[in-house]
Amino acid sequence: MSGSTTRNFKSNAARELANDTLRAALTKSKGHFTEGRSTAAENLPEFEALRDQSRDIKNHTIEHLDFYLEAYEEKVRESGGHVHWARTAEDARQIVLEICRSVDAKAVNKGKSMISEECEINEMLEANGIRAVETDLGEYIIQLRGEKPSHIIAPAVHLTKGQVEESFRANHTHLDPDRVLEEPPTLLDEARTILRKKYFEAEVGMTGANLLIAETGSSVIVTNEGNGDLSQLIPKVHIVLASVEKIVPTLEDAATILRVLARSATGQEFSSYTTLSTGPKREGDTDGPEQYHVILLDNGRTDMIGTEFQEMLRCIRCGACMNHCPVYQSVGGHAYGWVYPGPMGSVLSPGLLGVDEAGHLPNASTFCGRCEEVCPVRIPLPKMMRNWREQEFEKHLSPGAARAGLGLWAFMAKRPKLYQLATGVQMRLLARLGRAQGRVSSLPLARGWTKYRELPAPEGRTFQSRWKSGERPL
Amino acid sequence: MSDSNREAVLGSLRRALGRDAPVDEDTAAKLRARMTGHARNIVPARTALDDAGLVELFETMAQKVHATVAHVASMDDVPGAVGEYLRGENLPSEIVMAPDATLDAAPWSDNSLLEIRRGAPVESDQVSVTSAPAAVAETGTLAMYSGPDHPATLNFIPETHVVVLPAGRVVKSYEDVWDSIRAQASDPESGRGGQLPRTVNFVTGPSRSGDIEQTLLLGAHGPRRLHIVIVDGE
Repeated sequence: MSGSTTRNFKSNAARELANDTLRAALTKSKGHFTEGRSTAAENLPEFEALRDQSRDIKNHTIEHLDFYLEAYEEKVRESGGHVHWARTAEDARQIVLEICRSVDAKAVNKGKSMISEECEINEMLEANGIRAVETDLGEYIIQLRGEKPSHIIAPAVHLTKGQVEESFRANHTHLDPDRVLEEPPTLLDEARTILRKKYFEAEVGMTGANLLIAETGSSVIVTNEGNGDLSQLIPKVHIVLASVEKIVPTLEDAATILRVLARSATGQEFSSYTTLSTGPKREGDTDGPEQYHVILLDNGRTDMIGTEFQEMLRCIRCGACMNHCPVYQSVGGHAYGWVYPGPMGSVLSPGLLGVDEAGHLPNASTFCGRCEEVCPVRIPLPKMMRNWREQEFEKHLSPGAARAGLGLWAFMAKRPKLYQLATGVQMRLLARLGRAQGRVSSLPLARGWTKYRELPAPEGRTFQSRWKSGERPL
Repeated sequence: MSDSNREAVLGSLRRALGRDAPVDEDTAAKLRARMTGHARNIVPARTALDDAGLVELFETMAQKVHATVAHVASMDDVPGAVGEYLRGENLPSEIVMAPDATLDAAPWSDNSLLEIRRGAPVESDQVSVTSAPAAVAETGTLAMYSGPDHPATLNFIPETHVVVLPAGRVVKSYEDVWDSIRAQASDPESGRGGQLPRTVNFVTGPSRSGDIEQTLLLGAHGPRRLHIVIVDGE
């Protein structure tokens, strides 16, 4: 995948850790999402039971995904829409391009969609002379800056308002350079005015889908701004680009998942706009799109079924795992190097890109378990990151030094006498090194570790020798 | 291209699920029954209230997300309440209004200060007035269905959206809305011909964004103001 820099996770992370502006931006957002989620969960006594049900609905659907996809397809056709199947991101790009060309599109208005990022739709459109207009405020800001989203629901969470102001001044050059533009409301007003014009110019509107409903052939988007609605209602063509695992069987199942989605994501009880779209405009309707196309994308997902990573396909993209992840909160989303950051990205990206490309990511974890605790569909993210680590190790993809170190440790651990001797010697050595201060601030062979922290010096004998001499806890 | 992709995706799925063929007929029958059974999952108990309690819950929840609410006794009072709201907020008195039967029942011509056009909005329209066929008490959510009598763009283009809501239309949960759109689709008199409306909009408060430093801002692209006029006697 051309856009991925996940191989460079370690250097990406080192760069981001030294970025003070990023630190300021992440500090501002953190409490907002985590407190919001916990308050929303407390305010709904059924929340935990709804998480269980959401998990079960997704499991049931994935077990019968071929059936539900075909049922969904039939309903979309019945309601006058078109269904296209895309095995790969390239297939999806081709289908989008063909639809755009069929109506001689000059511009495409886009609602926020991670699948569109995954398929690099904007790059393809621009290469073919079609303007891609991101209309979500966060997406609009990063499009101006030539950046990628750093969070799956808050794409510009890595930026401060000062950076947004800079970008607006640099790009909106037709406006008075002396205008006041410091505070978020003035920034929003400026973006609203500029984007408002564009809604009426595009021939095609594109959105993703939070859910696809097999019972009715509907696609569902969940937003707060209303940009996804304007993008799909005003142009004459609406394209929905969604991955195959977005299906749920019924409207009732959709309601259950919607009840956990916004609460887990932003802490809202319900987002401002939840929209069901079924087919094109009906006879007599005075607005709405004339054509409705759904592109069902696989791009590696069906290959995860039947493996230890199948449960990842339950993910509803709320972002709770990254909001609660100490690693994400330190390095931000860009360090992960591809579309999906945080714990869900560390599991999904190796599945979609391959462990050769994205095998570093599952190491970006403290295994604190917060991601699994807050996941609305209870995906065992830490367990799956461990599975990827094992695969990485088996494929000999982990670094030589780590392999040699682990090999040496395994050799010693299988020989208790030798192990006790070595740890005893090591302990005395460390105690001597740290005698003066009670801690060791620089250690040969472990400078990478001691560069950022100090190692407390051991105080006496090893646990094993104390146990042997009869010492017992009180 | 599409057909071979279709077979490839479905084939890959079936292999991964350990079968080489579609689900067997027994399973298919069970899955079809699940899809058409409309069985409800857990519905939060907070809506176990009488009708008055539901209206109160709806109002509280809508206000929490920055919608404003006014009450009138009957449809006769609606034009006056709309005019009063617009004056109070210093908003223009030109209105684009849904051509819907609920709104027809109000005496708009008695309020000579309002300039009303019926139909879909254009870019310059500042205020829209629609009714809502249902409202969900659980989260203070309005449900609106697109159709000739309710262009969906009325919910998004103007900066101010005024919604007239007869109190009797407040329901408990999203599931009640599903039942009602399904019933409407299959009712020959509705003109829906078995189809759902093209667009079903659940609207919970005015448009908002937190994309700049997570600061809550109203009116990102959709309406800055959502004003709900509850008609108590209807």
